[in-house]
Amino acid sequence: MLLKTYQLETLTCPGCVMKIEGAVKKIKGVTDVQVLFNASKVKVTFDESIENSNEIGETISKLGFEVLGEK
Amino acid sequence: MLRISKSQRVWITGLLIVASFVLKKVILAPGISDILMIAAAFVAGYPIALNAIRALRYKIVGIDALVTLAVIGALLIGEYWEAAAVTFLFMFGNYLESKTLEKTRSAIKALLELAPDIARVERNGEEIQLTPDEVIQGDIVIVKPGEKIPVDGTVREGNAYVNQAAITGESMPLNKEKGDGVFSGTVLESGYLKIQADKVGEDTTFSRILQMVEEAQDKKAKTQKFLEVFSRYYTPAIIALAAAVLIITRDVRLSLTLLVIACPGALVISTPVSIVAGIGNGARHGVLIKGGEIIEKLGTAKVVAFDKTGTLTEGRPAVTNVKALEISEDELLRLTARAEMYSEHPLARAILLEANSRLGESFTAPEEAEIITGQGLKAKLEDKTILVGNRKLMRENGIPLSKDIEEYLKSEESEGQTAVIVSDLEKVLGIISIADIIRKDAEKLVKSLKALGVKKVIMLTGDNKRAAAAIAKKVGLDDYYAELLPEDKVAILKEVQNRYGTAVMVGDGVNDAPALASADLGIAVGGAGTDVAMETADVVLMSNEIKKLSYAMGLSRATVINMKQNIYFAIIVVGLLLAGVMAKFVFLSSGMLIHELSVLAVIVNAVRLLGYKEKNAET
Repeated sequence: MLLKTYQLETLTCPGCVMKIEGAVKKIKGVTDVQVLFNASKVKVTFDESIENSNEIGETISKLGFEVLGEK
Repeated sequence: MLRISKSQRVWITGLLIVASFVLKKVILAPGISDILMIAAAFVAGYPIALNAIRALRYKIVGIDALVTLAVIGALLIGEYWEAAAVTFLFMFGNYLESKTLEKTRSAIKALLELAPDIARVERNGEEIQLTPDEVIQGDIVIVKPGEKIPVDGTVREGNAYVNQAAITGESMPLNKEKGDGVFSGTVLESGYLKIQADKVGEDTTFSRILQMVEEAQDKKAKTQKFLEVFSRYYTPAIIALAAAVLIITRDVRLSLTLLVIACPGALVISTPVSIVAGIGNGARHGVLIKGGEIIEKLGTAKVVAFDKTGTLTEGRPAVTNVKALEISEDELLRLTARAEMYSEHPLARAILLEANSRLGESFTAPEEAEIITGQGLKAKLEDKTILVGNRKLMRENGIPLSKDIEEYLKSEESEGQTAVIVSDLEKVLGIISIADIIRKDAEKLVKSLKALGVKKVIMLTGDNKRAAAAIAKKVGLDDYYAELLPEDKVAILKEVQNRYGTAVMVGDGVNDAPALASADLGIAVGGAGTDVAMETADVVLMSNEIKKLSYAMGLSRATVINMKQNIYFAIIVVGLLLAGVMAKFVFLSSGMLIHELSVLAVIVNAVRLLGYKEKNAET
């Protein structure tokens, strides 16, 4: 199990939480997604079966949320 | 598409709408007016539609998809004004919301900015500048006036006044000298210190507080979880209703309006904004609350149970009374202090400390001293033999205890004091009473807790009944339970909880970590620097002052009230909006206006929490 945290630009709408959660959850290999609304962070747990962990960051960006950093 | 910022987009759309309005009403040029309206709808609507499409690619229908659909619909039926107004209000609302939301988070952001950024380290006799993360445990760090201490450490050299507000919320600077502990993130106001680094980087108390606050601000309250479930069903239900309206009544305007109000934004945001403001306020005042659910519990607590030693009391025995019989008080203290010079017993430490502060001298060791376990000690000094101990020691050595002395001993003991008898080989010279001093804020705290609506304030202690009763009376507790084992404490907490409601256990977090962990809600006093306390407690009062407890509780109550105001307000708005739309009082743009205003109102209400101050608080 791997855990990655993405720092996003400040989240401002309650709807974005559900959007990000929904989209990231659909990525194969992702087991858990937690969107921290106030911290504007996304915590993702995924297993090794994920081919490309960049996919998570890309998905978030494609939804229109700028990813400022990840660790 | 050329890049324009959010605020520019708001301005452009606003101007287009105003221009079009003027054209229509004043110059009476409806044709151009309509074109401008359509242009406004496109400028404002473009990013909304873009977001909607992005989300749809992942099969997610967000509020922007609904708004886009409503706008397209409005354009198709020729409602240009409505289309422009809806997009403008949605965008402008979001813009204002993001500005005010930043405000609710400002307290926590301010805390982040207190992090130290440079460290001056002495290596191989040279002074070098590093980032705080590069400091290694054991390094000697030099801190000058105005600088932040970059590590948790021990003072090796120098003397300084340090402001620990970042950690404890107390802004009175403290004097630090050799051997004292200092925290990362605190500010050296005057003086100079050389500090040996004990904890660096992520392990410092400051970093851990930051991490905990960051996690806490997004730990959901129970109400919040409920509201999220509610809105998960509410949105599809309204969409279905919109579809049904369209099919059955063919009323396009009504069904489009329904789409606009389908997302209960104020409701979703009502609790998280209150919580982040509440936690932020606490963090700035040395009160670490670990999440929304904890705030809810603390805000509704009915019973507060204190541990005794180290919580209601200072946790170290001190001399409270000196009664000299044959000689002066000072002489009695001096002789006793000399006799006890080498004793490690806590009571002996208390006597030495008192003698030191009263007489201001250091004492020479006795010629001879013998410790008699369970009784006290016998020492030879200045050609005398001095006995210091309890009744048994006196009896064994044939020292008579008069009726008066016996009565005095009993009255002292009934007050929870430990009476130490001092004698020579013939008679009693005096009696020194020692007790664990009650914290000076304790009595006031109990009163303010009661004023906050706590039904029962009790004490749970492993100590004997006599000592417990004395303290309970002095502090004004409702009840006390003495001679308890740790597991008894948990059982009693369960019982009072069943009888009165949520129970809070307050301790120093070190001696009673298990009780804190198993209680409904555990609060640690003086948690800064003690890892166990910070990990196990649900609420950590960073400084060593218990008066912060009434602050924590008052703040939680205020946060819970704020949350409730937000929720009730949001529910009423959702209900009225829905009713208004169905009754055709509310159309597209006015629906959006009410929706955005309600979201803003909820955020602004939460911002008020940042200014929470304790009533009648001493400054």
